[in-house]
Amino acid sequence: MTLISIIEIVVSVLLIVLAFLAINSKTLIKSVMFLSSLSMLAVIAFVLMKSPDVAITEAVIGSGLVTSLFVFTLLAVRKADKKI
Amino acid sequence: MKNFLALLLTLFLGFLIVATLGNNNFFPAYGDVDVTTRVSQKYIDRNVNGGSEEVIYGQATNLESGPANTITAIVADYRSFDTLGEVTVLFVSSLGVALLLGGAKQKRLELNFKPNFMLKVGSRALFGIILMTGVYIAIHGHLTPGGGFPGGTMIASSVLLLYLADDEFRAKLKGFKMLESAAGSAYVLIGLAGLIFGGYFLVNLLDNGVLGNLLSAGMIPIIYVLIGLKVGSEISGIIDNFLTEEGV
Repeated sequence: MTLISIIEIVVSVLLIVLAFLAINSKTLIKSVMFLSSLSMLAVIAFVLMKSPDVAITEAVIGSGLVTSLFVFTLLAVRKADKKI
Repeated sequence: MKNFLALLLTLFLGFLIVATLGNNNFFPAYGDVDVTTRVSQKYIDRNVNGGSEEVIYGQATNLESGPANTITAIVADYRSFDTLGEVTVLFVSSLGVALLLGGAKQKRLELNFKPNFMLKVGSRALFGIILMTGVYIAIHGHLTPGGGFPGGTMIASSVLLLYLADDEFRAKLKGFKMLESAAGSAYVLIGLAGLIFGGYFLVNLLDNGVLGNLLSAGMIPIIYVLIGLKVGSEISGIIDNFLTEEGV
Protein backbone atom coordinates (compact mmCIF):
# COMPACT_ATOMS: atom_id res chain seq x y z
CA MET A 1 0.00 0.00 0.00
CA THR A 2 1.55 3.24 -1.12
CA LEU A 3 0.52 6.64 0.21
CA ILE A 4 -1.36 7.47 -3.01
CA SER A 5 -3.56 4.37 -2.82
CA ILE A 6 -4.41 5.12 0.83
CA ILE A 7 -5.43 8.66 -0.16
CA GLU A 8 -7.52 7.21 -3.00
CA ILE A 9 -9.43 4.93 -0.62
CA VAL A 10 -10.00 7.75 1.91
CA VAL A 11 -11.27 10.09 -0.84
CA SER A 12 -13.61 7.44 -2.26
CA VAL A 13 -15.14 6.64 1.13
CA LEU A 14 -15.53 10.34 1.95
CA LEU A 15 -17.25 10.91 -1.41
CA ILE A 16 -19.92 8.33 -0.57
CA VAL A 17 -20.36 9.69 2.97
CA LEU A 18 -20.69 13.27 1.75
CA ALA A 19 -23.19 12.28 -0.95
CA PHE A 20 -25.29 10.52 1.73
CA LEU A 21 -25.09 13.58 4.01
CA ALA A 22 -26.04 15.94 1.14
CA ILE A 23 -29.24 13.97 0.56
CA ASN A 24 -30.18 13.45 4.19
CA SER A 25 -29.43 16.84 5.81
CA LYS A 26 -32.21 18.56 7.73
CA THR A 27 -31.69 22.04 6.25
CA LEU A 28 -31.14 23.01 2.63
CA ILE A 29 -28.12 25.24 3.30
CA LYS A 30 -26.28 22.28 4.87
CA SER A 31 -27.11 20.19 1.79
CA VAL A 32 -25.56 22.85 -0.42
CA MET A 33 -22.42 22.93 1.72
CA PHE A 34 -22.07 19.15 1.60
CA LEU A 35 -22.58 19.22 -2.19
CA SER A 36 -19.83 21.83 -2.46
CA SER A 37 -17.39 19.73 -0.44
CA LEU A 38 -18.37 16.70 -2.55
CA SER A 39 -17.30 18.64 -5.66
CA MET A 40 -14.05 19.64 -3.97
CA LEU A 41 -13.25 16.00 -3.16
CA ALA A 42 -14.21 15.00 -6.72
CA VAL A 43 -11.52 17.45 -7.87
CA ILE A 44 -8.95 15.54 -5.81
CA ALA A 45 -10.24 12.26 -7.25
CA PHE A 46 -9.90 13.61 -10.81
CA VAL A 47 -6.34 14.79 -10.12
CA LEU A 48 -5.46 11.35 -8.70
CA MET A 49 -6.85 9.81 -11.91
CA LYS A 50 -4.54 12.13 -13.90
CA SER A 51 -7.19 14.23 -15.65
CA PRO A 52 -6.32 17.84 -14.73
CA ASP A 53 -8.58 19.36 -17.41
CA VAL A 54 -11.70 17.78 -15.91
CA ALA A 55 -10.45 18.70 -12.42
CA ILE A 56 -10.17 22.41 -13.27
CA THR A 57 -13.64 22.46 -14.84
CA GLU A 58 -15.14 20.64 -11.85
CA ALA A 59 -13.42 23.02 -9.40
CA VAL A 60 -14.71 26.12 -11.16
CA ILE A 61 -18.25 24.99 -11.99
CA GLY A 62 -19.03 22.38 -9.30
CA SER A 63 -17.69 24.02 -6.18
CA GLY A 64 -17.60 27.66 -7.32
CA LEU A 65 -20.41 28.74 -9.57
CA VAL A 66 -23.14 26.21 -8.74
CA THR A 67 -22.64 26.57 -4.98
CA SER A 68 -22.85 30.35 -5.05
CA LEU A 69 -25.94 30.26 -7.27
CA PHE A 70 -27.59 27.80 -4.85
CA VAL A 71 -26.70 30.01 -1.88
CA PHE A 72 -28.05 33.12 -3.60
CA THR A 73 -31.27 31.28 -4.49
CA LEU A 74 -31.67 30.10 -0.88
CA LEU A 75 -31.13 33.65 0.39
CA ALA A 76 -33.77 34.93 -2.04
CA VAL A 77 -36.28 32.20 -1.15
CA ARG A 78 -35.79 32.69 2.57
CA LYS A 79 -37.21 36.18 2.29
CA ALA A 80 -40.64 34.83 1.29
CA ASP A 81 -40.66 31.79 3.57
CA LYS A 82 -38.70 32.32 6.80
CA LYS A 83 -38.62 28.68 7.87
CA ILE A 84 -36.04 27.19 5.47
CA MET B 1 -40.24 -2.53 4.19
CA LYS B 2 -39.75 0.46 1.88
CA ASN B 3 -36.32 1.14 3.35
CA PHE B 4 -35.36 -2.51 3.03
CA LEU B 5 -36.34 -2.48 -0.66
CA ALA B 6 -34.31 0.69 -1.19
CA LEU B 7 -31.28 -0.91 0.47
CA LEU B 8 -31.67 -4.00 -1.70
CA LEU B 9 -31.92 -1.87 -4.85
CA THR B 10 -28.84 0.15 -3.85
CA LEU B 11 -26.83 -2.99 -3.20
CA PHE B 12 -27.93 -4.41 -6.56
CA LEU B 13 -26.89 -1.22 -8.38
CA GLY B 14 -23.57 -1.21 -6.52
CA PHE B 15 -22.99 -4.82 -7.55
CA LEU B 16 -23.77 -3.92 -11.17
CA ILE B 17 -21.29 -1.02 -11.12
CA VAL B 18 -18.52 -3.14 -9.55
CA ALA B 19 -19.22 -6.03 -11.94
CA THR B 20 -19.15 -3.89 -15.07
CA LEU B 21 -16.34 -1.52 -14.12
CA GLY B 22 -14.22 -4.21 -12.49
CA ASN B 23 -11.14 -5.74 -14.04
CA ASN B 24 -12.61 -7.34 -17.14
CA ASN B 25 -11.97 -7.42 -20.86
CA PHE B 26 -13.85 -4.22 -21.71
CA PHE B 27 -12.76 -2.14 -18.73
CA PRO B 28 -9.27 -3.09 -17.52
CA ALA B 29 -7.94 -1.93 -14.16
CA TYR B 30 -6.45 1.57 -13.91
CA GLY B 31 -2.99 1.67 -15.49
CA ASP B 32 -3.20 -1.76 -17.11
CA VAL B 33 -4.14 -0.56 -20.59
CA ASP B 34 -1.49 -0.64 -23.28
CA VAL B 35 -2.09 2.83 -24.77
CA THR B 36 0.00 2.14 -27.88
CA THR B 37 -2.70 -0.22 -29.16
CA ARG B 38 -5.49 2.32 -28.69
CA VAL B 39 -6.58 5.14 -30.98
CA SER B 40 -5.52 7.78 -28.40
CA GLN B 41 -1.87 7.12 -29.25
CA LYS B 42 -2.49 8.55 -32.72
CA TYR B 43 -3.71 11.81 -31.15
CA ILE B 44 -0.73 11.92 -28.76
CA ASP B 45 1.75 11.33 -31.61
CA ARG B 46 -0.19 13.72 -33.90
CA ASN B 47 -0.26 11.24 -36.79
CA VAL B 48 -4.00 10.78 -37.35
CA ASN B 49 -3.48 11.30 -41.09
CA GLY B 50 -0.39 9.08 -40.94
CA GLY B 51 3.31 9.84 -41.19
CA SER B 52 4.68 12.26 -38.60
CA GLU B 53 8.03 12.68 -36.85
CA GLU B 54 8.58 12.28 -33.11
CA VAL B 55 6.89 14.85 -30.87
CA ILE B 56 9.47 16.59 -28.63
CA TYR B 57 8.40 19.41 -26.31
CA GLY B 58 10.08 22.70 -27.17
CA GLN B 59 11.56 21.44 -30.46
CA ALA B 60 8.92 19.86 -32.67
CA THR B 61 7.72 22.14 -35.45
CA ASN B 62 5.17 21.84 -38.21
CA LEU B 63 3.11 19.17 -36.48
CA GLU B 64 -0.32 18.04 -37.60
CA SER B 65 -1.81 19.84 -34.60
CA GLY B 66 0.10 22.46 -32.63
CA PRO B 67 -1.10 22.56 -28.99
CA ALA B 68 1.17 21.05 -26.33
CA ASN B 69 -1.91 19.99 -24.34
CA THR B 70 -3.34 16.93 -26.09
CA ILE B 71 -6.85 17.58 -24.73
CA THR B 72 -6.82 20.99 -26.41
CA ALA B 73 -5.53 19.42 -29.62
CA ILE B 74 -8.59 17.17 -29.63
CA VAL B 75 -11.17 19.68 -28.36
CA ALA B 76 -10.19 22.78 -30.32
CA ASP B 77 -8.45 21.33 -33.38
CA TYR B 78 -9.46 17.78 -34.32
CA ARG B 79 -13.01 18.13 -32.97
CA SER B 80 -13.47 21.89 -33.18
CA PHE B 81 -16.88 21.55 -34.81
CA ASP B 82 -18.17 19.76 -31.68
CA THR B 83 -16.91 22.69 -29.59
CA LEU B 84 -18.90 25.06 -31.79
CA GLY B 85 -21.95 22.92 -30.98
CA GLU B 86 -21.20 23.09 -27.23
CA VAL B 87 -20.93 26.88 -27.40
CA THR B 88 -24.29 26.92 -29.20
CA VAL B 89 -25.86 24.80 -26.44
CA LEU B 90 -24.63 27.30 -23.83
CA PHE B 91 -25.97 30.18 -25.94
CA VAL B 92 -29.43 28.54 -26.18
CA SER B 93 -29.52 27.95 -22.41
CA SER B 94 -28.61 31.58 -21.67
CA LEU B 95 -31.28 32.65 -24.17
CA GLY B 96 -33.85 30.53 -22.31
CA VAL B 97 -32.89 32.04 -18.95
CA ALA B 98 -33.13 35.54 -20.42
CA LEU B 99 -36.57 34.78 -21.90
CA LEU B 100 -37.90 33.43 -18.59
CA LEU B 101 -36.29 35.80 -16.09
CA GLY B 102 -35.30 38.89 -18.04
CA GLY B 103 -37.66 41.77 -18.64
CA ALA B 104 -37.98 45.49 -18.59
CA LYS B 105 -37.42 47.63 -15.47
CA GLN B 106 -35.08 45.34 -13.61
CA LYS B 107 -33.83 45.91 -10.08
CA ARG B 108 -31.61 43.87 -7.78
CA LEU B 109 -33.21 41.04 -5.82
CA GLU B 110 -33.62 41.96 -2.15
CA LEU B 111 -31.62 39.46 -0.10
CA ASN B 112 -32.03 39.36 3.65
CA PHE B 113 -28.41 40.11 4.40
CA LYS B 114 -26.41 43.27 3.97
CA PRO B 115 -22.75 43.00 2.92
CA ASN B 116 -20.49 44.39 5.63
CA PHE B 117 -17.23 46.31 5.26
CA MET B 118 -14.97 43.24 5.36
CA LEU B 119 -16.92 41.47 2.62
CA LYS B 120 -16.90 44.55 0.39
CA VAL B 121 -13.15 45.21 0.65
CA GLY B 122 -12.16 41.54 0.52
CA SER B 123 -14.30 40.85 -2.54
CA ARG B 124 -12.83 43.81 -4.42
CA ALA B 125 -9.31 42.60 -3.61
CA LEU B 126 -10.14 39.05 -4.75
CA PHE B 127 -11.97 40.20 -7.90
CA GLY B 128 -8.79 41.16 -9.73
CA ILE B 129 -6.96 37.98 -8.77
CA ILE B 130 -9.79 35.71 -9.93
CA LEU B 131 -10.22 37.69 -13.16
CA MET B 132 -6.49 37.46 -13.93
CA THR B 133 -6.50 33.70 -13.21
CA GLY B 134 -9.44 33.21 -15.57
CA VAL B 135 -7.76 35.22 -18.35
CA TYR B 136 -4.50 33.32 -17.79
CA ILE B 137 -6.22 29.94 -18.02
CA ALA B 138 -8.07 30.97 -21.20
CA ILE B 139 -4.92 32.34 -22.89
CA HIS B 140 -2.71 29.38 -21.89
CA GLY B 141 -5.35 26.83 -22.89
CA HIS B 142 -3.11 25.29 -25.55
CA LEU B 143 -0.21 24.76 -23.13
CA THR B 144 -1.64 23.92 -19.70
CA PRO B 145 -4.82 22.20 -18.47
CA GLY B 146 -7.92 24.34 -18.65
CA GLY B 147 -8.93 26.43 -21.62
CA GLY B 148 -11.79 28.58 -22.76
CA PHE B 149 -14.63 27.01 -20.81
CA PRO B 150 -13.10 27.00 -17.27
CA GLY B 151 -11.40 30.35 -17.95
CA GLY B 152 -14.66 31.95 -19.00
CA THR B 153 -16.46 30.49 -16.00
CA MET B 154 -13.77 31.97 -13.72
CA ILE B 155 -14.31 35.40 -15.31
CA ALA B 156 -18.04 35.00 -14.59
CA SER B 157 -17.26 33.97 -10.98
CA SER B 158 -15.36 37.22 -10.46
CA VAL B 159 -18.43 39.13 -11.69
CA LEU B 160 -20.57 37.09 -9.27
CA LEU B 161 -18.23 38.16 -6.45
CA LEU B 162 -18.92 41.81 -7.30
CA TYR B 163 -22.66 41.08 -7.12
CA LEU B 164 -22.10 39.52 -3.67
CA ALA B 165 -20.07 42.46 -2.41
CA ASP B 166 -22.44 45.27 -3.35
CA ASP B 167 -26.24 44.99 -3.19
CA GLU B 168 -26.67 47.87 -5.63
CA PHE B 169 -24.20 46.62 -8.25
CA ARG B 170 -25.36 45.91 -11.81
CA ALA B 171 -22.99 44.79 -14.55
CA LYS B 172 -23.11 46.63 -17.88
CA LEU B 173 -25.21 44.00 -19.62
CA LYS B 174 -25.28 45.71 -23.01
CA GLY B 175 -21.49 45.44 -23.28
CA PHE B 176 -21.60 41.78 -22.27
CA LYS B 177 -24.19 41.04 -24.95
CA MET B 178 -22.14 42.84 -27.62
CA LEU B 179 -18.99 40.95 -26.53
CA GLU B 180 -20.82 37.63 -26.60
CA SER B 181 -22.26 38.08 -30.08
CA ALA B 182 -18.96 39.43 -31.43
CA ALA B 183 -16.99 36.46 -30.03
CA GLY B 184 -19.51 33.89 -31.29
CA SER B 185 -19.62 35.46 -34.76
CA ALA B 186 -15.81 35.60 -34.88
CA TYR B 187 -15.64 31.86 -34.13
CA VAL B 188 -18.01 31.07 -37.02
CA LEU B 189 -16.13 33.51 -39.30
CA ILE B 190 -12.81 31.76 -38.51
CA GLY B 191 -14.50 28.50 -39.46
CA LEU B 192 -15.82 29.96 -42.72
CA ALA B 193 -12.37 31.39 -43.53
CA GLY B 194 -10.98 27.87 -43.12
CA LEU B 195 -13.70 26.55 -45.43
CA ILE B 196 -12.88 29.13 -48.10
CA PHE B 197 -9.05 29.18 -47.95
CA GLY B 198 -8.21 25.73 -46.56
CA GLY B 199 -10.92 23.48 -47.89
CA TYR B 200 -12.39 22.37 -44.52
CA PHE B 201 -14.57 24.11 -41.94
CA LEU B 202 -12.39 25.42 -39.04
CA VAL B 203 -9.11 24.24 -40.60
CA ASN B 204 -5.95 25.71 -39.02
CA LEU B 205 -4.68 28.32 -41.48
CA LEU B 206 -1.80 29.83 -39.48
CA ASP B 207 1.65 28.34 -38.89
CA ASN B 208 1.85 25.93 -35.94
CA GLY B 209 5.19 27.24 -34.64
CA VAL B 210 7.35 25.46 -32.04
CA LEU B 211 5.48 23.08 -29.72
CA GLY B 212 5.24 24.59 -26.23
CA ASN B 213 5.70 28.28 -27.07
CA LEU B 214 3.00 30.74 -26.03
CA LEU B 215 2.67 31.96 -29.63
CA SER B 216 2.23 28.56 -31.22
CA ALA B 217 -0.55 26.28 -32.43
CA GLY B 218 -1.80 28.73 -35.05
CA MET B 219 -5.46 29.55 -34.52
CA ILE B 220 -6.06 27.51 -31.36
CA PRO B 221 -5.20 30.30 -28.84
CA ILE B 222 -7.37 32.75 -30.81
CA ILE B 223 -10.30 30.32 -30.78
CA TYR B 224 -9.86 29.57 -27.06
CA VAL B 225 -9.69 33.26 -26.11
CA LEU B 226 -12.88 33.83 -28.13
CA ILE B 227 -14.58 30.89 -26.36
CA GLY B 228 -13.40 32.26 -23.00
CA LEU B 229 -14.86 35.72 -23.70
CA LYS B 230 -18.12 34.20 -24.98
CA VAL B 231 -18.59 31.82 -22.04
CA GLY B 232 -17.63 34.49 -19.51
CA SER B 233 -20.06 37.11 -20.83
CA GLU B 234 -22.84 34.52 -21.27
CA ILE B 235 -22.63 33.19 -17.71
CA SER B 236 -22.35 36.77 -16.38
CA GLY B 237 -25.63 37.49 -18.17
CA ILE B 238 -27.23 34.38 -16.63
CA ILE B 239 -26.03 35.49 -13.16
CA ASP B 240 -27.50 38.96 -13.68
CA ASN B 241 -30.82 37.39 -14.72
CA PHE B 242 -30.84 35.20 -11.61
CA LEU B 243 -30.13 38.08 -9.22
CA THR B 244 -32.59 40.65 -10.55
CA GLU B 245 -36.35 40.90 -10.45
CA GLU B 246 -38.95 43.02 -12.14
CA GLY B 247 -39.82 46.28 -10.49
CA VAL B 248 -38.80 49.90 -10.41
